[in-house]
Amino acid sequence: MFYQEAGQFSTRYTQDHRVFRLRQDRYGLSTLLLFAFVAVPYLGNDYWFSAILIPFLVLSLAGLGLNLLTGYAGQLSLGSAAFMAVGAFATYNVELRVPGSPLLLSMALGGGVAALVAVLFGLPSLRIKGFYLLVSTLAAQFFVTWALTRFSWFSNNSASGVISAPRLEISGVDLNSPVGRYLLTLAVVVGLFWLGKNLVCSELGRNWMAVRDMDTAAAVMGIALLKTKLLAFAISGFFLGVAGALWAFTYLGTVEPHGFDLNRSFQILFIIIIGGLGSILGNFLGAAFIVLFPVLLSNLVALLPAGLIDAGQIENLQKMAFGILIIVFLVKEPEGLARLWQKFRERARLWPLRY
Amino acid sequence: MEFFFEVLIGGLLAGVMYALVAIGFVLIYKASGVFNFAQGAMVLFSALTFVSLLERGVPFWLAFVISLTAMVLLAVAVERAVLRPLVNRSPITLFMATLGLSYVIEGFAQALWGAQVHGLELGISDEPLELGGMLLSQFDIFAAVTAALLVLALSLLFNKTRIGLSLRAVADDPLAALAVGIRLQRVWVLVWAVAGFVGLVAGLLWGARLGVQFSLSLVVLKALPVLIIGGFTSISGAIVGGLIIGASEKLAEVYLGPVIGGGIENWFPYVLALLFLLVRPAGLFGERAIERV
Amino acid sequence: MLKRSLLSGLALAISLSAAFTAQADNEQYFPLQSYRVGPYAAGGTGFFGGFIDYLKYVNANGGVNGVKLTWSECETEYVVEKGVECYERLKKGLNGAPAAATNPLSVGIAYATLERSTADKLPLITINHGRTDSTDGSVFPYAFPLQLNPYSEVSAIINYIGQQAGGLDQLEGKKIVTLYHGSPYGKETNEVLQTLADKYGFKLTLLEVPHPGNEQQSQWLNIRREKPDWVILRGWGVMNPVALKTAQKVGFPADHIIGNIWSNSEDDAAPAGAAAKGYIAITTHPSGTDFPVLQGIQQQVVAKGNGDLADPKRFGTVYYNLGVVNGILNVEAVRIAQEKFGKQPLTGEQVRWGFEHLKLDDARLKELGALGLVQPLQLSCSDHEGGGAVRFQQWDGSQWKLISDWVQADRALLRPIIEASSHQYAKEKGITPRDCSQDSSDVNRVG
Repeated sequence: MFYQEAGQFSTRYTQDHRVFRLRQDRYGLSTLLLFAFVAVPYLGNDYWFSAILIPFLVLSLAGLGLNLLTGYAGQLSLGSAAFMAVGAFATYNVELRVPGSPLLLSMALGGGVAALVAVLFGLPSLRIKGFYLLVSTLAAQFFVTWALTRFSWFSNNSASGVISAPRLEISGVDLNSPVGRYLLTLAVVVGLFWLGKNLVCSELGRNWMAVRDMDTAAAVMGIALLKTKLLAFAISGFFLGVAGALWAFTYLGTVEPHGFDLNRSFQILFIIIIGGLGSILGNFLGAAFIVLFPVLLSNLVALLPAGLIDAGQIENLQKMAFGILIIVFLVKEPEGLARLWQKFRERARLWPLRY
Repeated sequence: MEFFFEVLIGGLLAGVMYALVAIGFVLIYKASGVFNFAQGAMVLFSALTFVSLLERGVPFWLAFVISLTAMVLLAVAVERAVLRPLVNRSPITLFMATLGLSYVIEGFAQALWGAQVHGLELGISDEPLELGGMLLSQFDIFAAVTAALLVLALSLLFNKTRIGLSLRAVADDPLAALAVGIRLQRVWVLVWAVAGFVGLVAGLLWGARLGVQFSLSLVVLKALPVLIIGGFTSISGAIVGGLIIGASEKLAEVYLGPVIGGGIENWFPYVLALLFLLVRPAGLFGERAIERV
Repeated sequence: MLKRSLLSGLALAISLSAAFTAQADNEQYFPLQSYRVGPYAAGGTGFFGGFIDYLKYVNANGGVNGVKLTWSECETEYVVEKGVECYERLKKGLNGAPAAATNPLSVGIAYATLERSTADKLPLITINHGRTDSTDGSVFPYAFPLQLNPYSEVSAIINYIGQQAGGLDQLEGKKIVTLYHGSPYGKETNEVLQTLADKYGFKLTLLEVPHPGNEQQSQWLNIRREKPDWVILRGWGVMNPVALKTAQKVGFPADHIIGNIWSNSEDDAAPAGAAAKGYIAITTHPSGTDFPVLQGIQQQVVAKGNGDLADPKRFGTVYYNLGVVNGILNVEAVRIAQEKFGKQPLTGEQVRWGFEHLKLDDARLKELGALGLVQPLQLSCSDHEGGGAVRFQQWDGSQWKLISDWVQADRALLRPIIEASSHQYAKEKGITPRDCSQDSSDVNRVG
C-alpha cells in the first residue's frame, strides 16, 4: 500500500535510468543520510563512534571492495587484508613524505598504490581459475605482510615497524575527535559507495558479471577478459586500500602489519558471504553482523551475574555460536542477508496483499 | 656441501610432516568435493583430546582409541549437520561452511579441554643422529616412517577393500555411485572419520614437536601450497608436494634469506605454488578440469 | 529476520544494563582487557589471575585506605580491535567507580590505545613491555612501561653474558645470535643490539622467525653453522618451545640459550620437555610461593575458595607472580596518589601522579611482603620505567631456579636513544614535551 510505484511516471529517459526509481526509496535514503550526518553526531557517544560505527563503516567499504572482485567479477580472493595494509602504509608514507598533501588526496594515492599491487597479484587470474586463484591472493597476503615488516622504510624507520596515524585535518578543520573521525569516515564511505553502485550499474559491471558467470562465453562474446579482470583487481584494490587507510587512521590510530593478517581477510570474506555476494547493500548488512554480534554477546554476558560462566568459556561459546550461525546462514539463505532484505521489500510492495 | 645436504634432508623431513596434514585434505576433497578448512581444527581437537586423556592417567592405547572414537562421532555430526543440508551447493559455499565449522570445533575443543599448553612426549628422544658428518633428527625420521606406513595403510584400504572401492567410486562420479546403490552418506561419514584418524596421527606428531596448543591449527596454512603443487585429489601428490615444499622452503630460508631478508618461509611456498600453477594449473598429479560453454 | 531480532536484542540489552546499574560508593575501578582464550591464553589466565587475586587480597585487608577495589573483565583474545572496543566500553568506570588505569598486557592493544589514553587521561600500564620510547614521560605522560622496557631487557642480557665471560671487555670477538619473533615486538630491539655489538665488539647475527614460529629448522641450522657462544631468544607463544626443541635437534646446548621476558614462563619451557633442561631466561621477579604477600593471598583468598586460577597448581608460576607484582604496583600508585588527593576514589589523572611518584625501596617492599619479589623502583616524570634490572633463572626440568642476583641494564647508554625516538614521535605528532624539571620530585632522571 505504501511502497508502490503507482502514480510515479518517468517523463524523461534520465528519470527512467535512475538507480532509485521509487520516490519512497529516494526519500528513505535521504532520510537515512540526513540522520547519519546530522543526528548521529549529536546522539552518539565516544563508545558508539570509536568502537561500533567507525569499524562498521570501514568494514562495509572493505566488503564492497572484495564484493566487486569476488561477488561481481567472480575472482576469488583471500588477499583483501594485504591490499588494505598496502593502502594504509602508502597513505601514511604520502602524508609523511609529501608535505602539505591534503588528507583526501593522500588516501586516494594510497588507494592507487593498493590498486597497482592488486593488479600485480591479479595477473595470474588470466591463467588460473576458481579455487586455485586463492593461492595467488594468499601469496599476496603473506608477501605483503612480510615486505611491510622487513623494509623499515615503509614505517619511517621506526624500530618496531608500527606506524602511528598523523593528525587528521581537512582545510584546517580538526577531525581528531571521535565525532570528527566518524564524519570523515562516513563521508568517504558514502562517496565510495556511490561510486561503486554506479560502477556495477555500468557496462563494466555487466562485463564483470558476464565474466563471473562464464568467462569463456564472455570471451566468445567479445568482452576483453584481460582488461575486465585486471580492472576488477585494480578497482577492488583501490577500495580496499582506502578502507585500510581509514582503518588505520580513523579507527585504530595505529597499525602494525599483523593487524592485516589472514584473519582479517577471512573476516572480510565472511562479511560478503553473509551480506550477499554481488550486492551493494549486503556489505552494510554483513559488516553490521560481524561488528555487532560479538559486542552484543559480550554486553549480554556482562548482564549475567559475575562468575556464572567463566570469562574464557564465554569466549569459546561465542566462537562456537559464530561458527554455527555461519553454517546456518549458508544452509538457510546462501545468498545472504541482502536477499532476505530483498524478499522483505518484495513483500512490502504487495502489502497488504499476499501475492 | 654437507650443510647443504643437512638443510635438504631436514627440509624433506619437514615436508613429510606437512604432507601428513595435507593427506587429510585430499581424502575429504576426493570423496566429498569439499575443501575442508576445518582440518586444522580437527588436528587440534584430536591432539587435545588425546593429551588431556593422557594427563588424566589414561594409558596410551586407550587414549588413542577414545580420541579416534571422538573423531568418528565428529564425522557423523559433520555429515548430518553440514554436508547433508549443503549438498549440491557451490564449492565456495562449502568452503565457507568448513570455515564456520573450524570455528565451532576450535571453540568446542577449548571449551572442553581448556586453553593450557600441553607437552606431548611420544617416547622418542630427539638427540640428533650423526650420519656422515650431518645431524639428522631421530624424531623426524620416525615421523617419516609413520607417514610412509600411513600412506601404505591408506592405499591398502582404497585398493583392497570393498569400502575402499566404494570410496573410489564416489570420488570418481557421485551420481553414478548413487545409481549403483552406494550409500553416499555412509561413504562421507567414513571418509571424514578416516580424515579424522589421519588428523589424529598428524596431531600427535606435530603436537610432540610444538606442544599441543592453539597454534596447532595453523599448520593447515602450510598444507595449502602442498595441495596446490600435488593436486587436490592425489595422496601421492600430497607426499611429493610436501617434499618439494619442505625442501625448497628450508633451502630458500637458508640461502636466499640472508640476501633478501629473513622470515621468507611464510610466503615462499605460496609463491612457489603460484609459479607451479602457472605452468600446470591442476597441480602435478591432479585431474584437469574440462570447461565447456 | 535474524538481523531484526539481533537489533532488538541489542536494544534490550543496553536498556536493561542502563536500568540495573547501581551506584557504588567509595570504590576504585580497574578495567581488565583480559585474554583467557586463544593462542596466548596461558599467559593471560596466569597474569590476570594473579592481578585479580591481589586485588581481592587488598580488599580483604580493608582496601586502599578504606576504598574498595572493583574490576570487570572484557575478553580481547589478544586481538587489537577487541582491546580497543573493551577500552572504549570500560574507560568510563563501573557504576560510578572511576577507572584507575588500564593493563592490557598486549603490545598491539597498547599501541592502539596509547593516544586514546592520553586524550582520556587514563594511565596505560605496560609492565615489562610496551613502546620503549614511552619510558620518556615528557612525551608520553600516560604510558608506563613499568620495571623493564625492551631496550633494558637486551642490555641486561648482554651485561649478564659479559659477566659470564669475565667482564664486558671479554665480549670482544664473541658470537651472539638473536632469534626474534617476526613482529614489531620482536624487531624492536634489533637496533639497540647492533649498538651494543658495536660498542663491545661482539659479532651479532639477527635471525627472524616468521609468526607463529611453528617451524624453525632453517633458523637453527643457520645457528649451527654460525656456532655462536650464546643465543638470545626473543620469542612469544609457540615459538618458545619449538625453539628449544629444534635447538636440541641440531645439538645446540640449552644452557647457552637465554630467553627474554616473554620467553620465561613455565608454559614456554614445559612443553619442550627434556629439551628445555638448562634453559636460562630473565625475570623481573622470581617464581615460587615463599613471599609473605603470596602466602597472604594463599591464606586469605585461595584457601577460602576465591582464587581466580582454574588450575591451582599455577599459583606461584611466573605469569601469576607477574600479575601479583602488577597488582602491587598499581595499588601502590593509587595509595601514593591518595596521600596527595585524599582517601577517596581517584580519577585517572590523579592516579597518574601516583605512578609518577612511585617509589619502592627495600623498607617499603618489606612492609608490603614483597621483598625479593619486586625490584626497587623509582619512577618520575621523565622516567616511566623506574627499574631496568632483572635476575636470571634456569629451568631444571620442572621449575625455575634463580641463578643470579639483580643485573642492571645500561640505562645511561639507552636513555639518549630513547629520547631521540620519543622526540621524533613528538615532532611527528605535533606534541610539545612536558618540562619535567618543573616537577619537583623529578630528582633522578636516569637510573
